[in-house]
Amino acid sequence: MISLTDFLIVSAILFCTGLYMIVSKRNAIQVLIGIELMLNAAILNLVAFSKYDRFNNGGQLFALFAIVLAAATTAVALAIILNVYRQYKTIDPGKIDQLKD
Amino acid sequence: MSLVQGLFYLMSFIAVASALFVAGTKNLVRAIFLFFITLFALAGLYVLALADFVAITQIVIYVGGILVLIVFAFMLSGRETLNTLGQPGGNFISIRKLPALLLAALFLIVLINMITAADADHLIWIKNSVQMKNDIQPNAAMTENIGINLMTRYLLPFEAVSVLLMIALVGAAHLSRKEGSA
Repeated sequence: MISLTDFLIVSAILFCTGLYMIVSKRNAIQVLIGIELMLNAAILNLVAFSKYDRFNNGGQLFALFAIVLAAATTAVALAIILNVYRQYKTIDPGKIDQLKD
Repeated sequence: MSLVQGLFYLMSFIAVASALFVAGTKNLVRAIFLFFITLFALAGLYVLALADFVAITQIVIYVGGILVLIVFAFMLSGRETLNTLGQPGGNFISIRKLPALLLAALFLIVLINMITAADADHLIWIKNSVQMKNDIQPNAAMTENIGINLMTRYLLPFEAVSVLLMIALVGAAHLSRKEGSA
């Protein structure tokens, strides 16, 4: 069977890819995709460990909760991005640096 | 090498490669559609980790919901989003991205070190679980058990998540309303 370490390494690579996207991208939507990637890496860990928990299913259930929370986060974040675009005419996180109108 | 292992390596290769391409490409539309591939490959990995219900949920919510939402927002935010992306910024590894690359690579090294040091396959509770036959067998049907657990043991987080989801959706609708109409 597949060992847990394999799952952990795949998820570590995905997590670091997401981290790279969050730090380097200059478009809020791409930053959001990076966050989704990191969340998915965490969910992969939960699911991988959940294989050894047949009766309580803790990992799988919290993976489901994490997916639902990711959906809620994305909806709110996209609404904020649309508002920011309407206000500033750009969605570059580096250029949005004013609190006033 | 068994079929399962081969499938695992194939799926993880697809997931990692498409994620790297998403990180590397300049074209936002291509990045979003490649993110589809990453999510599908991750669903395949969930199936290989014997969590088929989570895999289906992943496909339904992520691919069906979140990505459509991202495409929607991207199409709504107009032409200028595309133009800011098309600016010449050099190739994949430019000097501007070096700190980010360094951070991610160092963090990856730390994580890999930690994973090899933790040696997850020989943890005590995992050995106990295999001994007590508490690990999921490939022919087990887990969906019924998940449903029962969701309504008994994890009822409080379930309710909390449902309330939070409703708040988030109301908030999103409130944020994206037209100016002055509310």
